[in-house]
Amino acid sequence: MADPMRIRANVVGDATEVKVLMNHEMETGLRKDAQGKAIPAWFIQNVTATHNGKNVLSAQWGPAVSKNPFLSFKFKGGAKGEKVQITWTDNKGEKRTDEATIA
Amino acid sequence: MNVTRREALKSGGGVTLLALITAAGWAVPRDALAADAWNKAAFDTKSMDETTKALGGSAPAPSKDITFFQTPDIAENGAVVPIGVNSAIPKTESIAILVEKNPNMVAAMFDIPAGTEPSISTRVKMGQSSNVYALVKADGKYYVASKEVKVTLGGCGG
Repeated sequence: MADPMRIRANVVGDATEVKVLMNHEMETGLRKDAQGKAIPAWFIQNVTATHNGKNVLSAQWGPAVSKNPFLSFKFKGGAKGEKVQITWTDNKGEKRTDEATIA
Repeated sequence: MNVTRREALKSGGGVTLLALITAAGWAVPRDALAADAWNKAAFDTKSMDETTKALGGSAPAPSKDITFFQTPDIAENGAVVPIGVNSAIPKTESIAILVEKNPNMVAAMFDIPAGTEPSISTRVKMGQSSNVYALVKADGKYYVASKEVKVTLGGCGG
């Protein structure tokens, strides 16, 4: 089971700034283990962010995104106390959704 | 008693995992899910021309309205290179981050819905010193900007 994300959402002027730190290995599939066998690729492919049920960002990632990925973006609107939801799906079909309250 | 049970569980877990991987590889039809879920064609590309073609666009025009922020000139650790891209082009629909000398160019693609600022930052891996491109789609057209990032320690070694 994947570890939870760390999400921080802050109101900055008239926008909400969201910073996300995900826990994921992000294996490229190009590395080899000690026996010389290729380590299978394992990485986050899709990330979506929603605020009040409205999509505020969707992303497609390749294996070149760093291990334990960091993501930061801003969207207009959003008030203190409202929720921001982030979901990722990896290439094994594993999924995780976490939620943060805008501060 | 306990130990054998643990071992049994462990090996059992391994088998299911393997089964899952193979199942995923076999079961997913090549293009059926691609458009919505993950643009495999775009992530397989190795040059800028191929990438824009895979995204369904024409050759991108260089633009000074795309800027990099939080992006180092010299990255000490290629496994974690912060890249920030800001687009001042009106109607920016998507931003893609490409690393020229990585095995596959496309690192990440972001769709920017209306209301979200065309300004994204994340971290990528870089195998070696290379140009980093920001490919922006705005109002149906593609624009590009690049920045050279020197890497002192590659991020793709095993």
